[in-house]
Amino acid sequence: MLPSRETIVVIITFALLAIVPFIASITEVPFYLDLGRRMMILAIGALSLNLIMGYGGMISFGHAVFVGIGAYVIGICTEHELVNGFIQWPLALLACAVFAFIFGAISLRTRGVYFIMITLALAQMMYFLGVSLDRYGGDDGLPLAETSDFSGLIDLSEKSSLYYLIFVLLLLCLWICKRLINSRFGMVIQGARSNEARMQAIGFPTYRYQLTAFVIAGVMAGLAGILLANHTEFVNPDMMHWTRSGDLIIMVLLGGMGSLAGPIVGALVFILLEEALSGITEYWQLIFGPFLILVVLFARGGLLGFLEKRQSSEDDDG
Amino acid sequence: MADALLKVEDLRKSFGGVLATDNLSLSVETGKIHAVIGPNGAGKTTLIAQLAGALDSDSGRIVFDNEDISKLAPPARSRRGIARTFQITSIFHVFTALENVALAVQAHDGHSFRFWRAARDEARLNEPAQAALETVGLADRANITVRNLSHGEHRQLEIAMALATKPKLLLLDEPMAGMGAEESQKMVSILNRLKGDHTVLLIEHDMDAVFALADQITVLVYGKSIVSGTPDAIRANEEVRTAYLGEEGAAN
Repeated sequence: MLPSRETIVVIITFALLAIVPFIASITEVPFYLDLGRRMMILAIGALSLNLIMGYGGMISFGHAVFVGIGAYVIGICTEHELVNGFIQWPLALLACAVFAFIFGAISLRTRGVYFIMITLALAQMMYFLGVSLDRYGGDDGLPLAETSDFSGLIDLSEKSSLYYLIFVLLLLCLWICKRLINSRFGMVIQGARSNEARMQAIGFPTYRYQLTAFVIAGVMAGLAGILLANHTEFVNPDMMHWTRSGDLIIMVLLGGMGSLAGPIVGALVFILLEEALSGITEYWQLIFGPFLILVVLFARGGLLGFLEKRQSSEDDDG
Repeated sequence: MADALLKVEDLRKSFGGVLATDNLSLSVETGKIHAVIGPNGAGKTTLIAQLAGALDSDSGRIVFDNEDISKLAPPARSRRGIARTFQITSIFHVFTALENVALAVQAHDGHSFRFWRAARDEARLNEPAQAALETVGLADRANITVRNLSHGEHRQLEIAMALATKPKLLLLDEPMAGMGAEESQKMVSILNRLKGDHTVLLIEHDMDAVFALADQITVLVYGKSIVSGTPDAIRANEEVRTAYLGEEGAAN
């Protein structure tokens, strides 16, 4: 059997990402490295959102809050001169798990529009909490004195080391998502998305599975936040703003909701377009908006869904 | 009765001013097919929803297998052995027929906090699922995404999913709904095969099917049981003839 188009897209995407550092050093444009890191970090965020939104049907409009919490824990730790990554990182992931558990437990009492609104409200609450944290920079944000220290194992202040670490972690997240989706657990959250009443009728207490998925997604988004803090060496409340959550939703929709690698493609295309278009005009959203509408209208299932559909209709013919 | 698997006592449910279930009592004996018939709006689907736990009752008791289950949520009732089918087909459209049924098997095979192994490769899920599909005559349709199956096949799949949970009691809400004569005939023979091994509460408008299958019939009008008895007794009952069967005859 030939590999699916999705697999081919994944291979090409990662091959391209793998050579970005070489291109950056040959062309002597270190900005490419910066761009690539940002893409991959947001790809992890989008991947995690897709777990609950694409597969679980839980449309969270506050997912960036976990990126922010992950980043803030790193920032606050560093501020207090706790820079050991072996302590910082687990702490940040744990914080995300706790917050995701609380936020999920509350918002999963509701469905549909109410779920969207509650996740949005909870995330905005954390945004304003960040703004009011004067001790940690408040509105202006908090610069990090140094990146996470892994006692010589890897030096994150060395920008191509950080690049490859993010690269590996993105691959790892993709692999984890793939396993999760196809596991018994994954079948349950997909079933609950498709028909929750039936899931309960055949004996699944769906709430606990959905809550678990929400926590997993929150932790994965937290990882993106940890990386983002190390990438920018700066954290600010804006990371948690609802528009950042909106960006993540757009990335998922753009690449293909409910396809495994769709969010990665979505994040890459999003950042590329943002860069390219903002070079043309300050009001780049004026061009990006209509483009997004076209994708949603004519390529339902996003860019990857579009490819898959064409492939499956060809397969049907053959 | 000593060997009643399901006992319903004085069950009530009202929606605003409308009494959908009005002090209803009935009992379903182990191994029997008990049909509930009645005109549209008699509260039959409401009764199924109350029994399955999807709707809370205002008052009354539901005793299943000598346990009061009145306050249990649907998943808990499913685990105790109550399976329902839906009048309006309720399946997982994104999955294949086999995956639909395998998910029902999985629901009764311990918890599902298993994050790593591919569920679709598990023989432990697929084999019982395939067996359930065979029971309803869908074995050769196992790997088709269910949105591409016909209406009749969806109704069969409904039964297979319920069977896959290894229930003690099947609540069937109009399994023949929307079927042609030939498909109905097929469904009757499927249900006939279940007879004896399974206890069934059957709601159905197709009177030929009801009288062919049922051991016991309860007639429901405006949420009230007006009479309960064997098919022969129901057929002979004057009240039923005027209230329900006569009407049907006149309408036809």
